[in-house]
Order: sequence, then C-alpha cells, then structure tokens
Amino acid sequence: MLKEIGVKDINSLFSDIHQKILINGIELPKGLSQQDTEKKLRTTACKNKSLNEITSFLGGGIKPHYIPSLVKAIKSRSEFYTSYTPYQSEASQGFLQAMFEYQSIIAELTGMDIANCSLYDGVTALGEAALMCTRINRKKTFVIPENISYDKKSVLRNYIKGADIDIIEIPFDIKTGKIDINQLEKIVDQNTSGVYIENPNFFGIFEDEVDKIAKIVKDAGSLFVVGIDPISIGITKSPGEYGADIVIGEGRALGNPISFGGSSLGIFACKKEFLRQMPGRIIGLTKDIEGNRAFCMALQTREQHIRRGRATSNICTNEGLCALATVTYLSWLGSDGLEKLSKINFENGQKLAKKIFSIDAFKKVFNGVHFNEFVVRYDGNLKILNKKLLENNIFGGLEIENQFPMLDNCMLFGITEVHNDTDTERLVKLLKVISNV
Amino acid sequence: MYRSAKYNEPLLNELTRFIKGTVKPNPSIPASLQRTNKINLPDLDETQLVRHFHRLSQMNYGVDTGIYPLGSCTMKYNPKICEEIASWDNFAYTHPCQDISTVQGNLEVMFELERMLCTITGMDYFSLQPAAGAQGEFLGMLLTKAYHKFNKDEKRNEVILPDTAHGTNPASVTMAGYKLIEIPSNKQGTVDLDMLEKALSENTACFMLTNPNTLGIFESDIIEISKMVHKAGALLYYDGANINAIMGRARPGDMGFDIVHLNLHKTFGTPHGGGGPGSGPVGVKIKLEKFLPIPRIAKKNESYFFDYDAPDSIGKIRGFYGNFLVILKAYIYITLMGGDGLKEVSEIAVLNSNYMKRKILDSKRYEMPFKELRKHEFVLSCEKLKQEKEIRAMDVAKRLLDYGLHPPTIYFPLIVKEALMIEPTETESKENLDSFIEALIKIADEDPESVKNAPNNTPVKRIDEVGATKNPILTWKEI
Repeated sequence: MLKEIGVKDINSLFSDIHQKILINGIELPKGLSQQDTEKKLRTTACKNKSLNEITSFLGGGIKPHYIPSLVKAIKSRSEFYTSYTPYQSEASQGFLQAMFEYQSIIAELTGMDIANCSLYDGVTALGEAALMCTRINRKKTFVIPENISYDKKSVLRNYIKGADIDIIEIPFDIKTGKIDINQLEKIVDQNTSGVYIENPNFFGIFEDEVDKIAKIVKDAGSLFVVGIDPISIGITKSPGEYGADIVIGEGRALGNPISFGGSSLGIFACKKEFLRQMPGRIIGLTKDIEGNRAFCMALQTREQHIRRGRATSNICTNEGLCALATVTYLSWLGSDGLEKLSKINFENGQKLAKKIFSIDAFKKVFNGVHFNEFVVRYDGNLKILNKKLLENNIFGGLEIENQFPMLDNCMLFGITEVHNDTDTERLVKLLKVISNV
Repeated sequence: MYRSAKYNEPLLNELTRFIKGTVKPNPSIPASLQRTNKINLPDLDETQLVRHFHRLSQMNYGVDTGIYPLGSCTMKYNPKICEEIASWDNFAYTHPCQDISTVQGNLEVMFELERMLCTITGMDYFSLQPAAGAQGEFLGMLLTKAYHKFNKDEKRNEVILPDTAHGTNPASVTMAGYKLIEIPSNKQGTVDLDMLEKALSENTACFMLTNPNTLGIFESDIIEISKMVHKAGALLYYDGANINAIMGRARPGDMGFDIVHLNLHKTFGTPHGGGGPGSGPVGVKIKLEKFLPIPRIAKKNESYFFDYDAPDSIGKIRGFYGNFLVILKAYIYITLMGGDGLKEVSEIAVLNSNYMKRKILDSKRYEMPFKELRKHEFVLSCEKLKQEKEIRAMDVAKRLLDYGLHPPTIYFPLIVKEALMIEPTETESKENLDSFIEALIKIADEDPESVKNAPNNTPVKRIDEVGATKNPILTWKEI
C-alpha cells in the first residue's frame, strides 16, 4: 500500500508534522489480550457492589427498575447499535422508524403534540427548555422551584449563561412540600419566559394545584414547562391535560440500566406550534419517489450541521440507543402495564412510608401526597444510621441536608417495583433496631 | 449484488388495537391529577414486538454490516469485549449515589481513564462529564469564559473559527453567548495566518481548531498559530473529533492547545448507537484546572472519592458524572490496545486514507482540491462529474448504497464543491478499501440516469426529505 501511495515508509505519511511536536509512541503500558483484559476488569468490577448485593432505598430521582430481557435483546441488535446518526435515510429505515415510534409514544405519554428523539438527560433537558422559552417569547426570566436537584440548578445556570436569562427560585411550602403558590403568583409577571415545575417534585410529592399554576403562567403570557417521572404517568394525568407547553423528563427508568448515572435519556416534548424552536433531532414521515412510506430526519434546518451558529442547539450526538430501549420497553408494558407499574410504585411508596413513620425516631416532614419517594427526618445520627444499614447490605435514604440546609437530618427514601415485602421488612426491622440503640 | 431486507413493516400503533377506555380513578391520588383516560400505548405480545424490532433492525446498516466511511465520524469496528464487560451488573447496575466505598471500581476506571487521556493528548487534567463532543465544546466555551472572568478580562467576547469547522463548533460558540468570527481557509486548505492575524484582537476569547482539519490536512503552522493566539491573550481550543489520525505521532497539548475535547464514541471503542450515547471528555492545561466541573475524581490513601471542593469550578453540565458505560468502554479499549496499539491505529487509519485517496485520484474520475498529503480522511469533489454528466455528490452517495456500501459524508466541509468526505478508518482491510474504490470508479462511468435513480436495493427508494420538512408528520397521531 505504501508503494501504491508512492512513499517509502509510514513515517512519510506524518512528514507534515513539525519535528518539534512529532513523537513516536505513547507512554502507556502495552496492550493486553482480550482474555487478560477481561481478567483485569473482573478484578476492577469486584471493587464495586451492585444493587444485586445491596438493596437500595436511595431517592433523589434515580432508582433501580426492572428491565425485561427483550429490551436488552433488541438493543443488542448490532445493526442498530453500530449505526451512525441516520444521515443516509434509505439505509437507516429501521432506526428511523423506531425513532418515529419513540416520538409518537413520548407524545402520548406527555400529552404533547410532538417530541424529539432524545436529549442527553433530564437535567440538560431543563437547560434546553429554558433557552427554548426565551427563543419563543423573547422574555428573559425563567422561574424554577427551589426544590429541584443541585445538578439541575447547576446545569441550568450553565446552559443559560450565554443567553442573558435570569433564574428565580420559588420556595416550597414547609408544610406540604409543594411549591408555594402565593410566592409564585407574586413573582411571575410579564417578563417571565417560562415557569418550571416537577411532578412529582424532588421531595416525591405531587404538585396537585396544577390548574392554578397553569392559570398564573398563562395569565402572564409565559410558558408552562413540566418535568415528569414517566413511571408516574400510568396513574396521573399527562401534563398536556393540565396545560403544559413543554414537557421534559428523565427516561432512564424506561428500560435503561441505572449504570452509575450514565445511560440517561432526555425526554423533550412540546406543542406543535413551537416545533421550529425545538432543540435536537426530529424524525418525520414522508414518501420515497414511488410514493412508499419512508422516514427521514426532518427540520434539519434547525440543527447545527446546517444552521451552524444559528442552530436551536449545539446537540448532535444524542441518546438514540436509550430511546430505542424506551420505545421497546413502553410497547412491552402497554397502557395497562404502565398503569399497573405506576400503581405498584405508588403503593409501595405509601406502604413503606407508613411503616417507617410508625417508628418513633422517624418523622414525616411534609403532608403532601407522595409517589415513590418521600422525605424522612431522623432523630438520631443519620451518618451512623446509613453506615449501619450498609453493614447489613442496605442503602438507606439519600441525605439531602447539604442541598437543603433547612431539612437538617432529613433523607429521601425511594422505592420501586423491584422491592418486595422481604426487602422492606428487612429495612424497617433494621431501622427499628438501629434507632432504638 | 447487495440487497437489503425489505419489509412493509407497519408502525407499532398499526400492529395493535388501542383499547380506548377509561381508567378507574385512584382515590389516593389528588383528584386534580387522577388519570381518567387510558394512555394510547401500543399493546403487543412479546413475539410480535420482537419480530417488529428484529425486522426494523434488518432494514438498518451498521458497521457490523459493512464499510461505513463517514468523514469525521470515525465509524470503525469496535471490539465486542467492550460491550460485554460494560453489561456486567457490577458496572451497569450501580447507583450514582451509593456509598463511595462500594463503587471504588467505577472511580478507579474514571481516575485511570483521565490519566490515560492526559498521556494520549498531552493535557494536564481531564473531566469525563460531558455527554458528547458538542457538550465538550460547550464546556470548553464555559471554561474559556470562567478563565477570562477570573483574569478580569471579560471584554473578550469573540471566538474565531476556520470555515472548515464542524457544525457543532459555531453552534457551541453562540450557545455560550460568544460572537462568532469565521475566517476563510487559504489555498492549501489550512488556516490563513494573515486572516487569523487580522481577526485576533483584545476581544478574542478563543480560537477553535481541529487538527488535522476536516479536509484531513494537518495544520503544519500549528506552532505559529499557537504563538499568535496566545500573544493576543486568547485560548486555543482543540476539537478532538479527528484524534484518530495522530495518536502516538503528535499531541494537542504539545501543539499548544489549552482545551481539548475527545469523542470517546469515535476513537475509543464505543459504537455510535444510531446517534448516541456518546461521551465528550474535556482536557485542559493546568491554568484552567480549577474551573473544571465538579465533582473531580480524587484519590487519598489508596481510596477514591468525589471531590466537590472547588470554589472556582463552573459547576455541572449534565447529571451525575457522565455517560459512565461509554467511559468504561473507552477504558477497556485503551487497556486492550495499549500505547503501541493506539499508535498503530492512527498509522493504519492514515495509511488506509492515503491509499484510497491515491487510487481514486489515479482513476481521474474525481478531483481533490487543496494539499496532497492527508491524514485519516480526505475530501473529494464531484464537481467534474456534475459538469460532465450532471451526477452530483448526493447521487454518488445513493448509488453506493446499491453496492451495499455506506456512503461517505457529503456536502461537508462547505469549502469543497460537491464534497465526498471519506474516512475509511483502520479497521477496514485492503480488500474492503479496494471494493469501495472500485465502486466509486464504476459509478462515475455508469449511465447517469441509473446513478440519479439510485438507490434501488434499499428498503425504500430515494426519499423526499424536503417533503418531510415542508409538511412535517412527526407522530402517528398526525398521519
């Protein structure tokens, strides 16, 4: 090959690199065989404990969920996972159709007209939503609840840095744990680009005064952005039914492994009138020259590879494979399945809370109705409690005092369909024993 | 002759009968939120569902199907062992908030990978948090802002880019609120030093560059460019989408770059997943370290922990710590390849590219503007074919599909007319390269009508993409 190229050795192909910066090698160890690599990684893996070994009751928006085997099987089809972004649509009909189906399902779930085929995660989806609101109505103040995760606040502040947007936080009601509607009403005005709420919120509590909130937002001529836990939608209304303009969420729970917080899926849906301001890739249905149904990327003129500096977002690579897992997962569940799953999560949340609050040392903090997470205040030392639970192979609630200083000695418990009665009984028993010492 | 599977596969909603109906309201849920109507989700049995997606997969072309020489996308074969290990429960079934003593393996992977990437690129520190290359660029711009702000030099509000830049570069620049200054390339297809000199000023925050650039040309003046940019008080940013070309031969850190992003899903063992997940780690020189996102991965007394103590940090740019499974696959890939293996990766990638380029140019069917010597990719022009036979780059691309070959990137970079941007990668054999070359030559000689009517062997014929935008149908409800 070198001869065909007309050079004498491989070095000649790097002759355009100045001697001053030319190197010959990388100071890394020699490569290992596949067998030795696997062995090495086994040792590394043994330094972790998976949620098979330790039962997790951590809340905070990320919890283990069951993934049916067929989801893994479909995701492992290498025609899907070794393909690129479907720029050549004729050779990518399979993935394109799956993404069209994903968009359709997300639209149904959120009660919106349209959805894109994924953003990085639910956290960056909030940043993109804030930017989109200002693109739509040119207003410059975005309103969020005080009780969202630290990650979301921090990412949001970074996403809006270039757009000259102000963020205002609305406190939560210390009795209910819900957003303080009076404060919201005072703050929202003609300059408000959008108002974001989460349902259920970070404390696991349902924001049930959505009709009031929607009215406040609409009256100000502002946009209503709702963040969802998609698992809850089986038993609750879709945000579209109570007036949302944009719906976002984390879709990891829908068929994707928890993977140390990686493998995320940013859900992003909105009303069709805002289509041209939407970030991310969108798949459309069209025809081929013979009139057959076909799919391709639509409205690419919003995207960075066409519009460059004037694109609606810089996003290119997204979370396509996670979206594939999600459309498979939701189709497998079906509407009745999601309803059932949702109900189990809700009921497990209720049951566990009841049991924990029956122990003297554990106090209920908020009286709002919660889904599958709830806040608990402990009379003793939280660190010691969680350490002792860990000795018994349990992760207790997520400590949230560092994020919300007024919630001293509080933790956020989370439970899903993967927890059975044995798991919860074991936890409750240990909580009793440890708190009694 | 190649022929793709072709099914008239119905949509999921056509395979199912939606049972419209009501849901018995759950009185424990606040009344204003109780669901009353069933959600219109498909309802299929498992057999139907598996067949549906199995058939769809057969109408999709991946690297495991054949050559996929999309320029600037580095579509190479990725070892299956990376996928397998990343699926182990001890990695995939770990919680981001679980006690740090129970995820020492994960932290070790991240800690070690940061250092491996430093060695490969010549940078001092890395953050693995960005979810993709474009997010790495955006983080790079945030770091640039933080740096100039820290130095009380906030008037710097411009970022300069060459006209060959990837589309994400200008998009990331404006997303961060910077003014975009685009400079035209010179006759060699590289940075025009006079234009750069003119563009640089006390308002310049940063100059963004990929090296080799998107034409596949190494920017030989990089040392001079670095001097000019730094003399103007600006930072130099490296778009690492093209790092597959120079590993073990040159390092952006040595070239003078201050900030670097890499696409782990291009160079380091992760398939693209039909568009993601990816991972776009960012490396910096020491002067920018304190601005990196939190948490940093730290080590004390042989144990790892998340360090949140970084008062000058920009904070976070995505949830938790990054796309961990992609990070893990990159770590496995580098462990497999080792230093020597990575160097060989780049050498073969460049060899394959120059071999293809030579053979195609020798055929005289296509032209290649700008400089001769290329790195991992090269950009042909179909302008001559267009003039002589009215065959456009788009037609050539579609005709390649009939041969069972995935086309190159087309119409990019914008400075080449009727561009075919070809990146063969190191994982294609000489035989595969020869078949691709042969097909390109054959297409140029074919009857123009058959080229313009392509593709014919794909599940559908040429698609009306304009129609999809003019009358957007984006969900099954809209059909």
